[in-house]
This record gives sequence, C-alpha cells and structure tokens, in this order.
Amino acid sequence: MCTDCGCAPAQHEHRHDSGSVRTLRIEEDLLAKNDRLAAANRAHFAAHGLLTLNLVSSPGSGKTTLLERTLTDLQKRIGFAVLEGDQQTSNDAEMTAATGVPAHQINTGAGCHLDAHMVGHGVEHFDLDKIDILLIENVGNLVCPAAFDLGEDAKVAVLSVTEGEDKPVKYPQMFRAASLMIINKIDLLPYLDFDMAKCRTYARQVNPDLEILELSCRSGEGLDAWYAWLENALAKKRPA
Amino acid sequence: MHELGITQSLVEIAERAARDQGAQRVLTLTVEIGELAGVVPDAVMFCFEACSRGTLLEGSQLQIRHIPGLAHCAGCDTKVSIEPMTIACPVCGSFALERRQGEELRLLELEIE
Repeated sequence: MCTDCGCAPAQHEHRHDSGSVRTLRIEEDLLAKNDRLAAANRAHFAAHGLLTLNLVSSPGSGKTTLLERTLTDLQKRIGFAVLEGDQQTSNDAEMTAATGVPAHQINTGAGCHLDAHMVGHGVEHFDLDKIDILLIENVGNLVCPAAFDLGEDAKVAVLSVTEGEDKPVKYPQMFRAASLMIINKIDLLPYLDFDMAKCRTYARQVNPDLEILELSCRSGEGLDAWYAWLENALAKKRPA
Repeated sequence: MHELGITQSLVEIAERAARDQGAQRVLTLTVEIGELAGVVPDAVMFCFEACSRGTLLEGSQLQIRHIPGLAHCAGCDTKVSIEPMTIACPVCGSFALERRQGEELRLLELEIE
C-alpha cells in the first residue's frame, strides 16, 4: 500500500557468498528517513496550498483548549483539520471533533513524539482540498519532538504561565526550533509570580527571531493577535 | 526516549547497506553523535542491543564518536566551544551564537563479513 515510505514488510533475502571482512563507508544521517518523509509531506501540503503548524509544549500547557477555541472562532472563515498526537486515548481528537472540524488521533504508544511517517499517514484521513490550515498537536514533551521534522511550515511552542518563566532556557532546543511562542493562561497572572519580561528575555536569548504572543483562552484576551498571525501566515502560503 | 526511534533507523540503514553488499553479518558500526544533537549516546548504546537482535547486526560492536559543540560568536567574532545548554558566548556574553559543529548524527561506516 505505502510505496512512498516503504513501510511494507521488508523482503529478507540472504546472500551467503562473502567471507572476508570489509569496511563500508556509509555517511548517512540517522534522521535521513524522517527528513525525507518530512520533505515529501511538505511538498504534498504545498501542492494543496496548506499552512501546516506543529504545536509543541509540555503536557497541560493548554494546547487542546487553544485549538478548540481557535476552531470554534475561525472555522466559518478558514477550513481546518487537526492531527492529535498522544501516547494513549482519543480524548483530544474527540474534543476537537466536537467543534465540527475533521480530527484524527495518532497514538504513539511508547513513542514520545510524532514523526513524519505518522503524519504522512495521518493526513490520509482528510480531504486536503477542503483544508486551509492543518494543525498538528504534538505529544506533550519539550524534548523529543524538537528533533523530528514533520513537514510543517512552523513550530508553535505553547508555554503556560503556571510553568515558570525559565522554560525557554531549560529546553532551549525546542524554543530555538520554534517560530512562534504563545504564552498561555495569562488570566492567571494576578495569582502567580510569573515574570513576563524575564520569560520574553529568556526566549529571545535562545532564539532572537522568535515571535511572541500572550493570550488567554479563558478570557479571550490576546486571541485576536493569534488569529491575525494565523491569517497572515496563511496569506503568505497563498500569494495573490 | 527518542533515542529508541533513532537507534531503530540506525539498525535499518546499517542492515540495508550490509545486505546490499551480500554481508553475512556486521562486526562493527561507527556512529558520529554531536554533543548538540539532543541525543544521549548512552541511551543509543542501551537501545542498540535490543534493536539489533535478530538482524545482521546482532552481536556487533557499536562505536560512538563524540563531536564537540562549536559555535561562531558574532559578538566577538570568535570560535567558541559550547555545550547543549549554552545560550550565551562564554567569552563575551553575547547571545549571537551560530552553531558550526556538534549537531551531527550519522552512521559513518560498517565493518562487514
């Protein structure tokens, strides 16, 4: 079935015609297969004019709520589809699907991240011609997903104010790979010691080009700027 | 533990190359892991035994070459050694570090029989 990625069972032929020891030069990147599949995903998404975002964060930062809110508010204007990655359960896909937007759950099992292969098959559940923006909610983990390109246009790192302002310097790899950082749950700021200025400084130290948005899905504050960011990113994918 | 997936691709790449050459088994593999690659060499070692079982790589020796992290600092125009969590130039304190070496993650060579 899958001719692009070679996930059909390998053919195990054995040749027994060699006895001497030889050295083979290989020089192949260990992520080459993922990178190849990611490039194929990227080309596939581009052919359909899709904007694809890879949402990354720690567990509990509010990614799913951010998605629900975004889909509810924008789905009349923009066609969305959502791929949800979690170790187990289809709770997130069910929550997302309740908004009426097509959603598919990928369970990674023991895996700690989504990879390009899972995403390539995940989108087979969608009619890409009906979609403007594909949102991929990665497994809640600030370490492993940083290494795996999925074919997205940008990584969006979500950080909630209950987590502490030093997350960007504690997990620099992820914040370096991200294009946008969303600081979520800002309605809770009055109850916390979260230092917003320090958080922004830390994030820019790790990644000087990082865009930063502050918002709250509960109060709605800052959501307009996020929606504008999405529309702008989509417009860039589809020059008039 | 993304090292598990990475080790699985290592085994896959090595086994395909060895099989293409008609090898009966792989004796040693040399892998390059940069200090900035976000991969823990010990974890790769640990996964390797399990991942190589039942393949041409079973019982082979995995040699890991560590590549130190290097960056160019635009602040003081120097080449500096950096570690994975380094965010500021150790010489001048500038954050304008451009990574030049240490993100390698490659299978270099195989010794086959």
